[in-house]
Amino acid sequence: MCTYLTKRLEVDGSGKGAAGWMRVTAASVYFDHPAHAPADHTLNVDLLNPDLGPAGRVALELEPRSARQLAEAILELLAAGPATQTT
Amino acid sequence: MDEAIRAEVVEVAGHGGDRIQAYFAEPLDSGRRPGMVVIHHMPGLDRQTKETVRRFAAQGYFAISPNLYWREAPGADPDDAAAAVRARGGVPDERLVGDVAGAADFLRNRPSASGRVGVIGYCSGGRQAVLSACHLPLQAAVDCYGAFVVGQPPEGFPIPIRNLTDQLPDLGCPLLGLFGEEDQHPSPAETAELDALLTSQGKEHEFTTYPGAGHAFFAVDRPSYRPEAAVDGWGRIFAFLGRTLEG
Repeated sequence: MCTYLTKRLEVDGSGKGAAGWMRVTAASVYFDHPAHAPADHTLNVDLLNPDLGPAGRVALELEPRSARQLAEAILELLAAGPATQTT
Repeated sequence: MDEAIRAEVVEVAGHGGDRIQAYFAEPLDSGRRPGMVVIHHMPGLDRQTKETVRRFAAQGYFAISPNLYWREAPGADPDDAAAAVRARGGVPDERLVGDVAGAADFLRNRPSASGRVGVIGYCSGGRQAVLSACHLPLQAAVDCYGAFVVGQPPEGFPIPIRNLTDQLPDLGCPLLGLFGEEDQHPSPAETAELDALLTSQGKEHEFTTYPGAGHAFFAVDRPSYRPEAAVDGWGRIFAFLGRTLEG
């Protein structure tokens, strides 16, 4: 199915896309058809720099288990870091 | 028929007169031709969609797929275009109808066009095929596992995707529906609801639900591909179009 469900948020950081490093200012997170991963549905993340056009994108397509592990690892590491720098 | 075709990128006047790109294919041999508009799925006007356009041309149709993401992402890779459009909230229904109308006009204006045009869509395009057939003078519509023709769409989507139940009384042509029994969106209960609704409204339609198939069983490069359902489905599509567009 096309789930249509999408979370969109503003982010602040950098990502490495097809043309090299760039600032990323927005993200889309969605569970839907992948373009490349060999699965019917994946947890997809687009880190975007809209100022650079559609190619200003770092894309991830993860199996749900991998996506959960990644999310947990991120939260775990942020929780373990110095509070002054990780909030 | 030797199935020789020409395929190319063309420009059509879409919604609001916007010039948008489209992928077009036509048979090389002469003869009056019906047309088919292929609505691409959410991943964009990708290789598989273009293969579908060429398949219709090889079967004797003028066939076209308008790039629904051209405005936001001219010239971009299909996956980048899809991501950009998703980030902006998707394609509004009104714009989709206008773009399909422009693509259908392009087909009707071919010198040897018969004037009869159908529409087909897969996944999100399935719903959009039904939507188009409720608003445009088309002669056939094919819905391949389109979700939210009936049923309740999820909340929170930036562009409110709504079901088409209030628009179905305007469905102006026969509808072929091809679905998978293991699909959740649309579920067998939802396609049964649609079936009953169309029957009660006297709308000509023909539905097939394939056991052992889920969503996207036509997609040859996905794990969801189900050869038996896909082969039978293609047979039903061309039989249906033979009756509705070539008769």
